[in-house]
Amino acid sequence: MSEVKYSKEHEWIKLEGDTATIGITKHATEMLGDIVFTELPEKGSNVEKDGTAGVVESTKAASDVYTPVSGEVVDTNQAIVDDPSKINQDPENTAWFFKLKIKDKSEMDSLMNKDEYNKFTKESSS
Amino acid sequence: MGKRVNMDTKKTSLYQLHQDNNAKFVEFAGYQMPIQYSDGIVEEHKFTRNHSGIFDVSHMGQLFIHGKEDLVNDLEKIFPLDLKKLKLNHSKYSFLMNSDAGIYDDLIITKIENGFLIILNAACKENDFEILSKLLNNKYEMVLDEKRSLIAIQGPKSVEILNDVIKGVEDLNFMTGNWFLLNDKKVYVTRSGYTGEDGFEISVENELADKFTRKLIEKGAKLIGLGARDTLRLEAGLCLYGHELDKGKTPIEANLKWAISKERISKGDFIGSDIIIKQLNDGVQKVRVGIKPEGRIIAREKTKIFNQSDLYIGEITSGTFGPSVNGPVAMGYVENEFSKKDTKVFLEVRGKKHPANICGLPFYKKNYVKGAN
Repeated sequence: MSEVKYSKEHEWIKLEGDTATIGITKHATEMLGDIVFTELPEKGSNVEKDGTAGVVESTKAASDVYTPVSGEVVDTNQAIVDDPSKINQDPENTAWFFKLKIKDKSEMDSLMNKDEYNKFTKESSS
Repeated sequence: MGKRVNMDTKKTSLYQLHQDNNAKFVEFAGYQMPIQYSDGIVEEHKFTRNHSGIFDVSHMGQLFIHGKEDLVNDLEKIFPLDLKKLKLNHSKYSFLMNSDAGIYDDLIITKIENGFLIILNAACKENDFEILSKLLNNKYEMVLDEKRSLIAIQGPKSVEILNDVIKGVEDLNFMTGNWFLLNDKKVYVTRSGYTGEDGFEISVENELADKFTRKLIEKGAKLIGLGARDTLRLEAGLCLYGHELDKGKTPIEANLKWAISKERISKGDFIGSDIIIKQLNDGVQKVRVGIKPEGRIIAREKTKIFNQSDLYIGEITSGTFGPSVNGPVAMGYVENEFSKKDTKVFLEVRGKKHPANICGLPFYKKNYVKGAN
């Protein structure tokens, strides 16, 4: 069974076997506004937990995308590079950012579940 | 994320209306201003280009200076314009400069009965007032009018919408204005704007501003925030004070030569004219240009610009995504020898250099109505 977890930097991560799919949350897209540019990590590169793994830019500003776990980038979503507005439309499903082959599943433990994340966003925006 | 709004900031007369329309506020020049509404910057931008957008620009300064011939003569010593020839209710774009021709502010000056109306940038207006008071030796009645709001309506449907509310505005030519009646109150309307679209700016008493704007919304116009105002003006190749323009830049460097009267240059008797004439004769070191990145990369303000030999040649002053261009757009200053159209340059974004080309302005073609100007 795959569970979706959330980071304080507003990424979601879905683990299936040892492959994690990572994107940014709906809450993040609402804060950012219209996303007009996306940069993703290179396939085959290695990313470290809490390190930068991409960029999203809205009409207003650029923001880093962090990876909540370490691993090797095995796939990236070209569709959101070609049309970044897809991220605003479907952030937590088809507009995923990249897939990682993860090394250490225990890195998932410190992340939040859906209820915890909802509570976190409510507290930080009030 | 989520910057708090400072409670000391000023609110415009449309504050409640902005709130009613779910505005996200930012502090801008000491005012709480809407950066966007629920539709977001891209939709607001496109709505203005295709339909009609309303902008609250009440934070801008509305400076009324009253006087007769003496005033015209005195203002000609300050502004590089043929003010003697400026007809009643006609407007010109200009700038307030220091003796080095550095720009204190860019502005629109309109000849009205018994004087002039000057529209100033919000962040500069107090300073402009002081400078002008000194230069004019307090000889004239000057009012930086806080009792009036300034509402802009921009986009192809604006003429129809505004004319429904204020009969007769459709007859105005671009860069001209007049007084009209709205509920028995006098409003001053000019056909102008800063989006690259046909449109109007309406100076209206604060008490009437909310009701008037709600009427425009009823007729189909939509409120547009400062975010889209910025993408619209950038696509139109228009300068924003504090970015393309400041005290360290001259109108010649800013490529605004067109706004300076040739006749006034030949006489050379206005503040900064020595430098302007020198730069026109000898050329300038740096000049404002349009810059189009080749890919989708957005080069924002302060991005460094390099030439093909990897030498630093300048900096971006504004850069964003242009929704109508459907790609990134930017303006900046480069060394004069690299300012020719189609010159290949490189923009350093997050440590990598991305190819771009110097291009003509505007990025998006203007739809101004023809006028006498």
